[in-house]
Amino acid sequence: MDTLASLADGFAVALTWQNLFLALIGCFLGTIIGALPGLGPSNGVAILIPLAFTLGLPATPALILLTSVYYGAMYGGRISSILLNIPGDEPALMTTLDGHPMAKAGKAGEALAISGLASFVGAFFATWGLVFLAPQLVKVALLFGPAEYFALFVLAFATLGGIASRNQAKAALAAVLGLGIATIGVDGQTGVPRFSFGEVHLYDGIDFLVAIVGLFALSEVFIFLEHRAGSGAGDKAVKVGRIVPPWKMVRETIPAMGRSTIFGFIAGVLPGAGASLGSFISYTFEKRISDRNGTFGKGDPRGVAAPEAGNNSAAGGALVPMLALGVPGSGTTAVLLAMLLALNITPGPLLFQQNPDVVWGLIAALFIGNIMLLAMNLPLVSLFVRVLLIPTRYLMPAVAMISFVGIYGISGSTFDLVVMVIFGVMGWVLRKLDVPLVPIILGVLLGDQMEKNLRRAMTIHDGDWTMLFNSWLAIGLWTFAIVGFVLPLIVGRYFRPKIADEPIAEGADPD
Amino acid sequence: MKKLLGLAAVFTLASSLSAFAFEPNNTECIAPANPGGGWDFTCRQVGKTLQDLKLVPGTMQVSNVAGGGGGVAFAEVVGKRNAENNLIVAASSATATRLAQGAFPGNTMDQVRWVGSVGADYGVIAVAKDSPINTLPELMDKIKADPSAVSVAGGSAVGGWDHLKVLIAASKAGIEDVRQVKYVAFDGGGEAVTQLLAGSVQAFTGDASEAKGFVDSGDIKVIAVLAPERLEGDFASFPTAKEQGIDVIGANWRGFYAPGDMSDDAYAYWVDAVSKVYASDEWKEVMAQNGLAPLNLQGEEFQAFVKESIASITDLSKQIGIVK
Repeated sequence: MDTLASLADGFAVALTWQNLFLALIGCFLGTIIGALPGLGPSNGVAILIPLAFTLGLPATPALILLTSVYYGAMYGGRISSILLNIPGDEPALMTTLDGHPMAKAGKAGEALAISGLASFVGAFFATWGLVFLAPQLVKVALLFGPAEYFALFVLAFATLGGIASRNQAKAALAAVLGLGIATIGVDGQTGVPRFSFGEVHLYDGIDFLVAIVGLFALSEVFIFLEHRAGSGAGDKAVKVGRIVPPWKMVRETIPAMGRSTIFGFIAGVLPGAGASLGSFISYTFEKRISDRNGTFGKGDPRGVAAPEAGNNSAAGGALVPMLALGVPGSGTTAVLLAMLLALNITPGPLLFQQNPDVVWGLIAALFIGNIMLLAMNLPLVSLFVRVLLIPTRYLMPAVAMISFVGIYGISGSTFDLVVMVIFGVMGWVLRKLDVPLVPIILGVLLGDQMEKNLRRAMTIHDGDWTMLFNSWLAIGLWTFAIVGFVLPLIVGRYFRPKIADEPIAEGADPD
Repeated sequence: MKKLLGLAAVFTLASSLSAFAFEPNNTECIAPANPGGGWDFTCRQVGKTLQDLKLVPGTMQVSNVAGGGGGVAFAEVVGKRNAENNLIVAASSATATRLAQGAFPGNTMDQVRWVGSVGADYGVIAVAKDSPINTLPELMDKIKADPSAVSVAGGSAVGGWDHLKVLIAASKAGIEDVRQVKYVAFDGGGEAVTQLLAGSVQAFTGDASEAKGFVDSGDIKVIAVLAPERLEGDFASFPTAKEQGIDVIGANWRGFYAPGDMSDDAYAYWVDAVSKVYASDEWKEVMAQNGLAPLNLQGEEFQAFVKESIASITDLSKQIGIVK
């Protein structure tokens, strides 16, 4: 087969000592960057572009370095999600839901190992998808117009109930709060600033990372400050536990990884969706499919495997529109694309024909990087879990410091720091009120895109609402959305009445 | 102005940095957006060329000061770093557009010194390859006959440069109320082209560089290039709007401004450095790779150019009701 021959050529390009070394460095740095709150894959890649330039790397090695960072950051994001309940970047958000409860139950090592394995599975199969399906998958992306994207985001919101483990009303409130935050900034379809109060910093809206770091990391610091009188009381309960997950646990999570890989990959391929939607849909669907005993949200390994397989697979999927169309499917691929341009490679439909060595070398590097990451991440689990042994009084100041430095590093503006602190206070208050924080971020992330696509569809069709149901794809998505919203209301009433009102201690909220 | 050019010529002859009364030190370029965009590219590529030509000592630091469509960086330079001599900031038509529309609250173009341009990305208007429309007048006639039948997609927000280009063309083509032209804003030119291929919209307005990959593959049909003359290279076969009787030029220029209280010596140094970059073979290669067309304006000439384009954008924005 031609494809396999090309891939073999790609391995010939990628398998030099220099490239392997760059991949190793990239994977290592990427894992660290992903784990640090405030630094995500897109910043990580952007920070290293000057390094690639300074080293005078040609196109292929430069791309190998940067995509290793990209994949590494997708792996690394889970670490702080699980250990500290602070998502390292936005796609790792869903991993906090079950990952942190697992860590609290003394299963941090198992959660890290399972999620590392799930990351590998997601990224591995997504890369194969990239090899064989890239040209065909582009056609899928072209089926999605604004109306179809809108229906897709409605589908995502219809399954939102899936992430709230206890109080649906509070989850809905949090999502609405997020939707409200998403409306801040200049409205693209009219050019009018909304809720910006003449403050130029607010014209671009609220950065997700600022909101995430504030809501999760800083509120954690505030809670620590609040409880410092009784310091240490809550910490001693945390045990490190075993490092290698039992085979039974791995076997249980395999179907979850498989399904999530597919969902994540599709979300990644769509330029308007991305890795966050991938991990979100993977988690909520997995919960709908396999949460028989109400264990999701309380430390179910499948709830860790699903979003991690989903977001790593979406990371691979996002390379499809980037390589095959020259259209970035996520913030990180936008940075990679700019890098390609700077290296005199014109992205677009002809990239596979014009620069096969670059494309196939890159794909081969993804395979290599992925295996390296697995090999690096599993033994390091025992090192990572030691973070839990650090007393909170040392850990929290470090978290606060990293948050401030990370956020300042993105925009170089102190305004974002103020916004972050405001979000921190908000997060602290909302935790006191037992309002989950994850739906807020989802509201911000998905609400923005949902609104934009609705407005685009309305502009194109002169405000004709029926046009939202104008294609079979849109109708299909709407049907799924309605079924996904209504069915749990009916089925849930009969099958899961007992879990609704479990008492929860204050501060024990996993969200 | 001639005097300044003469001065620049003298500086060009002088080969060492010490010929200047100003010694650059720890130079910095602010890209007023996140990494990956056009401003970031401008800073990094020019910074690299300055380094390669040994016009700056060591490396030029690139800082990303994102936010407000460049407004955050503008406000910071005016408010906090107004007297710095080692700083330049990447700018483009988008900067001029926002200044014209008052989108940087309290800031005007006179608060900074405009250094020079390093090239321009000319606008294109394109349709899908299987579209029945073949020329710009045909597209405009179609809009005239039924404005609701044609949606034009672009990568900038409403009122942004991609939008304005189409409106200028429409008004030159005799469409009286340009507000009838349906414009759909996407997140970047790439997404807009994808929607053209998907058939959600009927036309695309953007920069030549954004369309290049799709022109090479034959997926889209460029019906007009908004340049004074035909472009070189791959775009040579596409007619300009002017050839088709619609006299409109839409250049997305790329260049730099510097703090308002920068010393005259430092300003002269930067004007000279940017013109040296522009004239270098290295930069010609970068321009060819990235689809940048020539636009050679430095110092006062550039200042006048920016002023003029801001004035014309203000007029147009008033006409379409974005500015009152």
